[in-house]
Amino acid sequence: MNPMAEYVWLVIAIPLIGFLINGILGLSFESYRKRKTLIGSIATIAVFIPFLIVFSIFMGMTSESEAVVVKLFTWIEAGSFSSDISYRVDQLSIIMGLVVTGVGSLIHLYSMGYMKDDEGYWKFFAYLNLFIFAMLNLVLGNNLILLFLGWEGVGVCSFLLIGFWYGDMAKSDAAKKAFVYNRVGDFAFLIAMFLVFKTVGSLEFDVIFANLELFSSDVTFWIALLMFIGATGKSAQIPLFVWLPDAMAGPTPVSALIHAATMVTSGIYLISRFSSMYVLTPEAMLIVAVIGGLTAIIAATIALTQYDIKRVLAYSTVSQLGFMFLALGSGGFIAAMFHVVTHAFFKACLFLGSGSVIHTMHHVEHELHHHGKDVHFDPQDMRYMGGLKKYMPSTYWTFLLSTFAIAGIPVFSGFFSKDEILAFVFNAGMGQYGYIYLGLWGLAALTAFLTAFYMFRLTLTTFHGTFKLPVKIKEAAGAEKYLHESPATMTLPLWVLAFLAVVGGFMGVPDFFVTSFGIDAHINWLHGWLDGVTSDVPLVLPYSIKWILVALAIAVAVSATMLAYRKYDNDKGEATDAAIQERFGSLYQVWTDKYNFDEAYEKTVINPVATFSDRVLAVFDIKVVDGFVNAIGGVVRFFGSLLRFMQTGVIQTYAIVFVIGVILVISLLIL
Amino acid sequence: MIELEWYLGVSAILFTIGVLGVLTKRNAIVVFMCVELMLSAVNISLVAFSSFMGDVHGMILVFFVLCVAAAEACVGLAIVIAIFRNNITADISKINLLRW
Repeated sequence: MNPMAEYVWLVIAIPLIGFLINGILGLSFESYRKRKTLIGSIATIAVFIPFLIVFSIFMGMTSESEAVVVKLFTWIEAGSFSSDISYRVDQLSIIMGLVVTGVGSLIHLYSMGYMKDDEGYWKFFAYLNLFIFAMLNLVLGNNLILLFLGWEGVGVCSFLLIGFWYGDMAKSDAAKKAFVYNRVGDFAFLIAMFLVFKTVGSLEFDVIFANLELFSSDVTFWIALLMFIGATGKSAQIPLFVWLPDAMAGPTPVSALIHAATMVTSGIYLISRFSSMYVLTPEAMLIVAVIGGLTAIIAATIALTQYDIKRVLAYSTVSQLGFMFLALGSGGFIAAMFHVVTHAFFKACLFLGSGSVIHTMHHVEHELHHHGKDVHFDPQDMRYMGGLKKYMPSTYWTFLLSTFAIAGIPVFSGFFSKDEILAFVFNAGMGQYGYIYLGLWGLAALTAFLTAFYMFRLTLTTFHGTFKLPVKIKEAAGAEKYLHESPATMTLPLWVLAFLAVVGGFMGVPDFFVTSFGIDAHINWLHGWLDGVTSDVPLVLPYSIKWILVALAIAVAVSATMLAYRKYDNDKGEATDAAIQERFGSLYQVWTDKYNFDEAYEKTVINPVATFSDRVLAVFDIKVVDGFVNAIGGVVRFFGSLLRFMQTGVIQTYAIVFVIGVILVISLLIL
Repeated sequence: MIELEWYLGVSAILFTIGVLGVLTKRNAIVVFMCVELMLSAVNISLVAFSSFMGDVHGMILVFFVLCVAAAEACVGLAIVIAIFRNNITADISKINLLRW
């Protein structure tokens, strides 16, 4: 068997220990907080060692390995319900574990350089380790309670990290928004958990999946739907996605780790884990696919209009997550997981790259102030950038490579994963609800086109052309001398992630690439690996259709890229943006206004709830609840005011009472 | 022969007078005198019982009571003097700091 699997609990415990060390020492000792290299090293090692352990567990497994369950201790015992802290090592959880610890360690390393000048350095790393702990609980837990613990834990850490610079009201508002929208989803997830418990009496995965026949089709539908609603909160889909763009208020490593690579993929992990349940409810899968597809296209259109580089990447994440849910809803669970992995690589690289750019733009601003130039600009606004490729070559090349990946250019990783998703959607178009799936396929192809287009818009505006800051702001003339590349702790993770973004796709090259030529080989490693733990729908398309789909995907990606190069290279960006705005008119305004989701929620949910709290609940709280408590106090005071006259302070009064008491006792004894 | 009841009656009357004095008199010294009166009344009662029952234990208890009365009078008067030094009054109805 796999001897290393017994140590999986170490993977969970070590980040927790890192959190405790940095947290407690940083909280108690001023001198510890200054030792930034030590803090950062402890935190990074606290994630890297788990990565090594997970990797060795992974190497000891094969695609046929049985799941290993490591039970630590019994956590809850209440009557007939009991729940253990037990972790599951199977192919699905190991893949997620590798992504979380691997990409996590790279981002920890990056943060050592990025957060160097921050006062709260120790807190940042403590929170990051806590996040890794919670996320690992989520993906390695063997029951729904431990998964939910991790689910909530990553929500809390997301809140703490988004609002890291809490002195700025806007940033802490963004943190609150993230948490509240997550909570709405969590409520639905909880109800799903209750339904599961009611049906099988346990929340252990093994028990649930062994007893799927006990779930009536109605209950299965509702559990699937409610879990999906929970996933829309955590993984930022319609209707609960609005927190993710605001979450960019957090430091960029946070955006890379939490809102690109790991936390937002927990919804997809959840649904993949429950794939055997989802394939029993085609209706729920249809809803998942439709919402995923709509989210993908809506977010892509918004991304086209944004100028803040992190916002573009945020909406891009929402859109790519939509793709993943589209895959899940079409029965392509492995395809979705494949996209999770490749997306983690290229999106983390893109976010870290944007962090590198923002870091440098901040530096430019500082230097200008230092030299007496009172210049103010948004260091995240791409209209002030441009031409950065000659000043920041590592950042440029890694960013460009990741952009090729996300655009779906062959043979980068994004091409293989996105193509597989499109194939599954088209495949679902051949089955039940076929017309809807075919429509979704069309939307997905359009979204792929837009993805490539807006991503190259971002890359070309930021890195090609001329540096725009001195052009737009006259006092900032000569500012380009302050532009510099980021230190090695920041560029090394960029290169590693870019390398993975380029070659990572080869883990999932579709089988038909060779089988359609008569060679009977299984080159799709990921498919073979995850086949035993997910319930993928079979692909019924003939080879010719599959090759046509591949060709279409390549055509979409390449044409969008070429169009973007034509329109955005050599400083043509502003003119192109204006032209698009003119061409699409009021539709462009809808996109810029993010479809007014926030405003709609404001009007329909937030304002009524706020008014209701203010007028009804606050009055109830002050008048009824406080009134009741005050009344009790009032009664006590009333009786006190009557009784206090007994305390005259004169001894003889007390003596009189004493004598009366004695007389009473004696008379009682006599009579 | 004077009967036992007469002695006990005297003791009771003296005790009652002492109690009333303790409860109503305002001068601290007079209150002490009444306390001594109460103790003496109890002594009479003890001696009477001891004499009429032929048991010497009563007389021994009288000795104890007398000792304690003396000691108590000393301590009490010391307290009165201490109060008098601070408040310039021997009127105990004026000592009411623990009043509501």
